[in-house]
Amino acid sequence: MPEANIAGGLAGGILIGLASLLLLAGSGRIAGISGILGGIYGRWTDAERRWRVIFLLGLVGGAGLVALVQDGLNVRLQAEGWPLVAAGLLVGFGTRMGGGCTSGHGVCGLARRSTRSFVATLVFIGAAMLTVYILRHLA
Amino acid sequence: MALLANTFVAGLLFGIGLALSEMTDPGRVTGFLDVAGRWDPTLLFVMGGALAVTLPAFHFVMRRPGPLFAEKFYLPTKKDLEWPLIIGAALFGAGWGIAGFCPGPALAALVTGMPEVLLFITAMVGGQLLATVLERRLERRKIPDQV
Repeated sequence: MPEANIAGGLAGGILIGLASLLLLAGSGRIAGISGILGGIYGRWTDAERRWRVIFLLGLVGGAGLVALVQDGLNVRLQAEGWPLVAAGLLVGFGTRMGGGCTSGHGVCGLARRSTRSFVATLVFIGAAMLTVYILRHLA
Repeated sequence: MALLANTFVAGLLFGIGLALSEMTDPGRVTGFLDVAGRWDPTLLFVMGGALAVTLPAFHFVMRRPGPLFAEKFYLPTKKDLEWPLIIGAALFGAGWGIAGFCPGPALAALVTGMPEVLLFITAMVGGQLLATVLERRLERRKIPDQV
């Protein structure tokens, strides 16, 4: 396990914050990725789809830029096969039902001082920590 | 046009942030979630950095009549705590704990070309669709409030 990446974490976090600010102040939208993704398929207008696709293209592009400069991204998988599929299903289902994810509730929701987001954030972080505890220390 | 350019730049910064912070590495994320093991505080600094910007800035932005390039702010309207919020958050948390991926980082990780990332995203979209179908079914069954 490598050392904590405090500098990268802070820098990246600040950029995520700036991005969220830009999206709200400029485009009037909340940078909640689960909602942005979910608004692309299904019954939406072209305008609704368009800005979401463009945002996500930028997102992937940004990650791609870093990957270019840093010669790849370090992605250490924690699950494969069926557990990975189950995780995906849970994340998709849960973010839709709960109305947000780490960016929507955790960054934007908390910034808006939303009680719903505060509760949601506590619950999903707690559930995630409990899950990791069970998988790593009990299983 | 300015609207879409702004949206794209926001996405770009977001993606750079995700990659720089290593949120795209599930090992970093689960390291933070592993409170009983060798704890990795990186995610805490990511959240801290993000909130250091958004907490003060959102406050001022929300006082303005509207955004720069769009007609209005599109904000969530629900205020109450209800069970779908809590159960949804719990389910999301469980999935996040298993794979260490949440929506943003998973999409960003697509640049690696790893098939597992695509598999996760496919399952995630599937999960979202399932929830949408369930939502519609439940809405149809709802008995309207007596006036």
